[in-house]
Amino acid sequence: MSGVPFPARMAWRESRAARRRLALLIAAIAVGVGALVAINSVTQNVAAAVDREARSLLGADLALSSRQPFPDSVLAFLDSLSREAVAREACDSVSPVRPCGLTANDRISRTTEFGAMAYVARTAGTRLVRVFALEGPFPYYGAVDTEPIGVWDVLQSGRHALVDPAVLTALEARVGDTLAIGQGRFVVIGTISNIPGDIGFQNVFAPRVFIPAEYLDETELLGFGARISYDLFLKLEPTMDVEAIANANRSALRRQRIGLRTVESDREELGGALTSFGRFLGLVALMALLLGGLGVASAVHVFVKQKRETIAVLRCLGAPAGTVFRTYLTQALAIGLLGGVLGVGLGVGVQMLLPSMVRDLLPVGLEAELSWSAIGLGLATGVWVATIFSLLPLLRARYVSPLAALREPFEVAQRLPRDRWRWVARAALATSVILLALIQARHVLHGLSFAGAIGVGLLVLWGAAVGLTKAVRRWLPQRSPYVVRQGLANLFRPANQTVAVILALGFGAFLVSTLFLVQHNFLRQLRVDTREDRPNLLIYDIQPDQLDGVLEELAAAGLPPGHPVPIVPMRIASVKGEPVRLADVEQEDGDTAARSTWAHRREYRSTYRDTLVGTERLVAGTWWAGAGAGDAGVSLEEDIAEMLDVDIGDDIVWDVQGIALPSTVTSIRRVDWTRFQTNFFAVFEPGALEDAPQMFVTETRVGDPASRGTLQRRLAERFPNVSSLDLSVVQRAVDRIINRLIGAVRFVAVFSVLTGIVVLVGALATSRYQRLREGVLLKTLGATRRQIVRIVLTEYAALGLLAAVVAIVLSGVAGWGLMIFVFETSYRIPLGHLAALAGGMALLTMVVGVWNSLGLFRAPPLQVLRAE
Amino acid sequence: MIRCESLTQTYLSGGKPLTVLKDITLQVPAGEAIAVVGPSGSGKSTLLGLLAGLDNPTSGTVHLDGQHLNDLTEDDRARLRGEKVGFVFQTFQLIPTLTALENVQVPLELRAEPATARATELLKRVGLGDRLDHYPAQLSGGEQQRVALARAFSNGPKMLFADEPTGNLDASTGSTVIDLMMELNRESGTTLVLVTHDPELAARASRTIRLRDGAIISDSAR
Repeated sequence: MSGVPFPARMAWRESRAARRRLALLIAAIAVGVGALVAINSVTQNVAAAVDREARSLLGADLALSSRQPFPDSVLAFLDSLSREAVAREACDSVSPVRPCGLTANDRISRTTEFGAMAYVARTAGTRLVRVFALEGPFPYYGAVDTEPIGVWDVLQSGRHALVDPAVLTALEARVGDTLAIGQGRFVVIGTISNIPGDIGFQNVFAPRVFIPAEYLDETELLGFGARISYDLFLKLEPTMDVEAIANANRSALRRQRIGLRTVESDREELGGALTSFGRFLGLVALMALLLGGLGVASAVHVFVKQKRETIAVLRCLGAPAGTVFRTYLTQALAIGLLGGVLGVGLGVGVQMLLPSMVRDLLPVGLEAELSWSAIGLGLATGVWVATIFSLLPLLRARYVSPLAALREPFEVAQRLPRDRWRWVARAALATSVILLALIQARHVLHGLSFAGAIGVGLLVLWGAAVGLTKAVRRWLPQRSPYVVRQGLANLFRPANQTVAVILALGFGAFLVSTLFLVQHNFLRQLRVDTREDRPNLLIYDIQPDQLDGVLEELAAAGLPPGHPVPIVPMRIASVKGEPVRLADVEQEDGDTAARSTWAHRREYRSTYRDTLVGTERLVAGTWWAGAGAGDAGVSLEEDIAEMLDVDIGDDIVWDVQGIALPSTVTSIRRVDWTRFQTNFFAVFEPGALEDAPQMFVTETRVGDPASRGTLQRRLAERFPNVSSLDLSVVQRAVDRIINRLIGAVRFVAVFSVLTGIVVLVGALATSRYQRLREGVLLKTLGATRRQIVRIVLTEYAALGLLAAVVAIVLSGVAGWGLMIFVFETSYRIPLGHLAALAGGMALLTMVVGVWNSLGLFRAPPLQVLRAE
Repeated sequence: MIRCESLTQTYLSGGKPLTVLKDITLQVPAGEAIAVVGPSGSGKSTLLGLLAGLDNPTSGTVHLDGQHLNDLTEDDRARLRGEKVGFVFQTFQLIPTLTALENVQVPLELRAEPATARATELLKRVGLGDRLDHYPAQLSGGEQQRVALARAFSNGPKMLFADEPTGNLDASTGSTVIDLMMELNRESGTTLVLVTHDPELAARASRTIRLRDGAIISDSAR
C-alpha cells in the first residue's frame, strides 16, 4: 500500500473496525441507486419502444378523425394524396413490410366506431361494446394478432366479427356464435390478442367488436343521437413529407372539426405522457436515495464524534486538518461508489422484472435493455449523494483540537467555530438536492416543488425530533418507574440517535402514508354507492318514442320508473359575441388569433330542468327566477365557465343541430363529478330546449346481478339502439386501473421504505456499543434482563410513535394538497387506517430496536468490562 | 530549543473564565530532560499541550526549535509536530482500529516516508517484534505504552512530550517503560518534557518545574 496516499490508506484501515456499519450505509445507498436505475432504465426502454413502434402505433402514415361523416372536399383531398402515393411508389418487392402495388383505393382504410349492446342469443348474454366497422387493408404497419392466427385477413369477407376476449367472457359466448348488434348478425370468427397501439385497459369499460363496414347499415344503429367516431387511415410513400402535408392542412381540417394524427404527433404525445409518468416515479426513487444520503449523514455525524480521540491523536502526530478530513471523506466516497455499483446491479435486476408488471399499462411492447445513461446517472448520483450528505458532519473533524488527546475540553457545550466551509457545505447540499430533483423531473416547477417539499418535510421532522429531545429532557416523568425514565432519558443522552431515527423512520412513513391517502381517496370517490337507494344501471341513448317502452320494461321488472333526463347535443357558436375559432386565424394586422379552447370546441350534451340535483350546488347567480324574457337562461359548471371565461350575465350562442340558440349565463354550479350520476356542464332553463331533437337517459337500481342481466337483455332485444351500462362492471374496471397505477408507484415506494429500514438499523447500530456498555453496567449493578428489555422498548416505542405521528400529520397535509390542487377533488382522512399505520410503525421500530440490542441482553458483563 | 514567555491560558467553564496557566516563562535547552510536577488541576497537561503547539495560548508566546508558534497556522503547527515532536500519553492513545505496526507507521506515512522497516525495527527495539499485527485491544497496558513509545520515536523527533506516561501502569511495568523511554531519549538526544505525579519518575529528569494553581512555584536543576 506504499504508493497509496495516506488518507486512502487510513480510510481503508479505519473501515476494518466498522464493516458492519459501513455495509448498512452501502446498502442504504444501493437501494436508492437501484430504484433510480430501474425506473430511469424502464422509462428509457419505454421511450425507445415508442420510437421503435411509433409507425405501427398509428398503423398508417396519416390518420383523420371526426364526429361527422367526412365532407366530400376532404375525401377528394385524401384521394389526391393516395393517387400521388401510387405515382411515387418505389416498389421494393423484397420487403415484406411494405406491400407493393397498392391501388389508390387500397391506400385508404376507414373505421366507423360507436357504442352498442352486443347480444348472443344462445347464451342470452348482453354487454355494452364498442363497435368498429372496418373497410380497407388497415393496418399498414404492424400486425393484428388474432386467435386463431390469420383471421384478421378474412374479417371483411363476410358477416364476420372479431372481438376482444372480454366480449366472449362477458357473453359466455365462443368462436362460432352469432353476435347480434342492433339488427345486424355477425359470426364470431376469433378474438383479438393484440392490435397496434393497444392499451389493455382502454377496453375494460367497453370491449371491442370489429365488423366489416359493408354490413354496418344492417345494424340500423347510426340514427340520431348515436355517438359515432369516423376515422380514416392513409398509407403514403416514404418520399412524401407527411409532416409537411399535415402542417399544411391541419388548420383547414380543424375548421371542419377534423383531427389529424401523424406518426410523429403520436410519438410526441405518447412518449411525453409515458415519460412524465416515468419521471414522477423517478422522483419517488430519488426520495429513496436522499433518504439513504440522510442515513450516511447521520452515521458520519456520530462516527466523527466517536472518532474524536483518534482524530486528536492524528493531529498530535502531525496530520493537518485537511488530511484528517480527506481520510473520512474517502470513506464516504467509497460508500457512495460501492453502494452505487451494488445499486446498479439491483436496479438492472429490478428492471428485468418491471416489464411484466407494467405491460398492461403500455401501448408498446417493452423490452428490458441496459440503459448506460441511466446506469451512469444512478452511479454518479449515488456517489454524489453519499459525498455531499457527509460533507457537513465531516467538517466537524476539522474542529477537533489535538489537545483532546490530553484531556476533555473545559467547555462543555462547545460551540462550533465559525467556518465558511460549513456554509459552503450547506449550500452544496441544498443545491445538490435541487439539481438532482431538476435532473430527475426535467421540469423546473416540478423539480423545485419536489425539492421544496423534501426540505419542508425534513425540517418539520427535524424540528419534531429536536422538540422531543428537549421536551423529554425538561418534563421527564420523575415519578414513573425507573425503566420508563431510563428509556426516555436515552432519547436525549449523549450519542443519542433521536434525530437520525426520526428522520429515517418519519421520511419513509411520510411517503407510504401519503401514497396510501391518495389511493384511499381515489378509490373512495370512485366507489359506486351501494346503498339501496343508489342506482347501479345506467340506460341511455333512449329516443323520445322509446321512452315509454323503456319505462314499461322497468315497471315489468318491478322497478320504479326512475327520472328520465332529456339530453340535447349541441355546440357553442359564439361566446360574448366572439365566434368560436376552430383553428388559428391570421388576422388583418398580421397577428395570429389562436384557436379557441377545448371548452369552446367540444360537443355538449346538455339538459333542461327546473331543480338542482343532489350532486350540484350553486356558487354564483340565481336558479331560474321564473319564466325569463328574451334569451334562454343557462347554468354552467364552474370549471367550464372558467375555461370559457364567462360570468353571470354573459351571452353564449349555441348551435343546436344547426339552429342558433342564444342564451344568458344566469348561474354557476359546482358539480361533484366523482359520483356515477348523470351530470351536465350546461343546464338550460325549462322551455328553451323542449322542441329540440333529444334523447333520454335514466338510471335504476337492480340489486341482483342476474336480474340486471335479464333487464339488459330485454332492453337490447326490444330497443337495439339503447345502451345500458352496469356500474358494477365500471367499478371493477376503475378499481383495477387505479390499483395497477398505484401499484407501480407503490412498488417504487417500497424502495424508500427499505432504505428507511436500512437507515433505521444503521442509526441504531451506531449507538449500539454505547447501549451495550450501559446495559452491561446496569446488569452489573443488578438490573434484570427483563428490565433492560423494557428500557429498550420504552425508548423505541417513543421514537417510533413520534416519527409515525409527525409523518402522518405531514402526509395528511401533503395528501390534502395533492387531492385538492393536483387532482382537484375532495379529500377525507381515514383516521382508523392511519392510527393502525402509526401503531405498525411504532411496532416495527420496537422490533428493530430489540433485535439490534440482542447482544446487550446476552453479553456477560465481564466480557464487556474487560474490553474497556 | 523550547522557550515560552508570559504564557497564560484561560478557558470558559460554565460560562465563567477559568485561568489554567498564569504568566509562565521558561526555557528548555536542547537535549535537556525536564519534569513538570504538581497536584491535579495545577495546569501541567495544559502547559505541555501549549509547549507542543496543540493549542493557541490566550496570551504569551511559544518558540519551538526556533519557530515562533504564534505565527503558524493550525496546519503548519501540525506539520511541525509531524517533523519534530513525539508524544507519549497517559492513556496511550493508540488508534484502536490500527494494528501495532500501523500505529507506529502513522507519523512516517503522514510525511510520505517509507514506514514499514523503521516501524518494525522500533517495535523490535521495544520488545514487541512478535506483536506487530496485534490490535491495541489485544495488548496489555505496558505493551500498549511500548507501542506508543515506538510511535513517538518513529519520526526521529527533536522533542518528546510525555504526559503521565506511567499513570495507567503498575509500578514494575511503569518502570520498564520509563527505562525504555529514557534509553531511547539518550540514544536520540531528544529534548524531553515530562509531566508526572510520580516523584521517582521526576527524579530521573535533570530539572524539575513545580506548578501550583497554574503558576511556577519552583524550578530546580539537579
